[in-house]
Amino acid sequence: MSTPTTLTPRQRIIARAALEIQSDTYVNLGIGLPTLLADVATDRANVLLQSENGLLGIGPYPTEDALDADLINAGKETVTAVPGASFFDSAESFAMIRGGHIDLAILGGMEVSQTGDLANWTIPGKMIKGMGGAMDLVQGAKRTIVIMEHVTRAGEPRIKRECDLPLTGKGVVDRLVTDLAVFDIDRDGLVLVEALGGTPIDEIRAKTGAPFEVTRAALGSAVA
Amino acid sequence: MPTSRDPASAKTVEGPAAAVADVPAGASIAVGGFGLSGNPETAIQALRDLGVGDLTVVSNNCGVDDFGLGILLANRQVRKMVSSYVGENKIFEQQFLSGELEVELVPQGTLAERLRAGGAGIPAFYTPAGVGTPIADGKETREIDGREYLLEHGITTDFAIVRAWKGDTAGNLVYRKTARNFNPLVATAGRITIAEVEELVPVGELDPDHVHTPGIYVQRIFRSPGLEKRIERRTVREVAA
Repeated sequence: MSTPTTLTPRQRIIARAALEIQSDTYVNLGIGLPTLLADVATDRANVLLQSENGLLGIGPYPTEDALDADLINAGKETVTAVPGASFFDSAESFAMIRGGHIDLAILGGMEVSQTGDLANWTIPGKMIKGMGGAMDLVQGAKRTIVIMEHVTRAGEPRIKRECDLPLTGKGVVDRLVTDLAVFDIDRDGLVLVEALGGTPIDEIRAKTGAPFEVTRAALGSAVA
Repeated sequence: MPTSRDPASAKTVEGPAAAVADVPAGASIAVGGFGLSGNPETAIQALRDLGVGDLTVVSNNCGVDDFGLGILLANRQVRKMVSSYVGENKIFEQQFLSGELEVELVPQGTLAERLRAGGAGIPAFYTPAGVGTPIADGKETREIDGREYLLEHGITTDFAIVRAWKGDTAGNLVYRKTARNFNPLVATAGRITIAEVEELVPVGELDPDHVHTPGIYVQRIFRSPGLEKRIERRTVREVAA
């Protein structure tokens, strides 16, 4: 698929990641970048969004007069609940997650390794936020997709042979969507399945800190 | 009709100050809420006014700098926090990075289950969350059906503080929407559980089918003298023209 190059990197990630949300599924979107997928997801047929603080069936943001401090998502934003939604406590919420009942988790990332390790919760000595529900989600969701910008602000690769940052989970990422590329990750490592916006394969290689295979389809999607 | 002998009326206390009056320095306290939603706001304020220090607080988050549990941090009453996510709180970050505050970060689902297990008499359980990460350091692991798990321990605390929407004088609680979150689990984990409720009703008014937390878990209950219910991230949509 070709994505207009006029989009910002984050917009490009969101546009591509939106295609990953299938009809008739239960989906958990992580806080930050993945939350931007909420509108797309709720427009898709029979997708119920799970919020780990205790809501299955997140709706759109409320109108001003419907603001409710008792109804928030995992990012602490005020939300609404769709018809068919349910509320539950945090243990029930993570029973759903850990027990393999969530079809898809889409999470943000800071680093991903060639074997699907994910780091996204702390930078030692600099930033401490905590893992929230991410460590449970990556172990429990049937499929985990990470979305992140391909390189850091300093231009360094975020995709590495091994993560340098403390891990959220080991071998847990099934698919990685960046502003430049889509990778699948399996036992044998990284496989480039799509070059976004016609990005040349050489550019992707130069910005990726680990080797990867290239599928025929990916070759077709890249500028030679 | 209620009988003249109301076995539960001994649970009602006048307000937040009376509810927390005997919390000693060094106590462990589990606190309900997710972000600022479902926080026992006035009980936390009463703890701040009480001023006891050296507390171990178990709560998913730690409020913000000037509200929720953040006010106990600002008043330097907390020795140790057990939480899953603390990204909203600058004082927390400062006290942690300077070594003043001890922090145990726990994956959110593990924290919920540890409270549930503690309250349910389950000393420990295996979970996949945290395998292969720093969370696994020093923990017993076990392979079950080809997959690795961590042994995590149940949590019980000296006190537990929760907030509910409605409660009756027998201590039965009903929560509202996502303000439920950790509250029902926290309620089971405390040796003395204190419930702050928006509406306190006589025994018999709550439909037993709708009770989320049975009164057996609750030792003290009071009607909140007034909740601010602060919204942490106010997100709205425009009304379609």
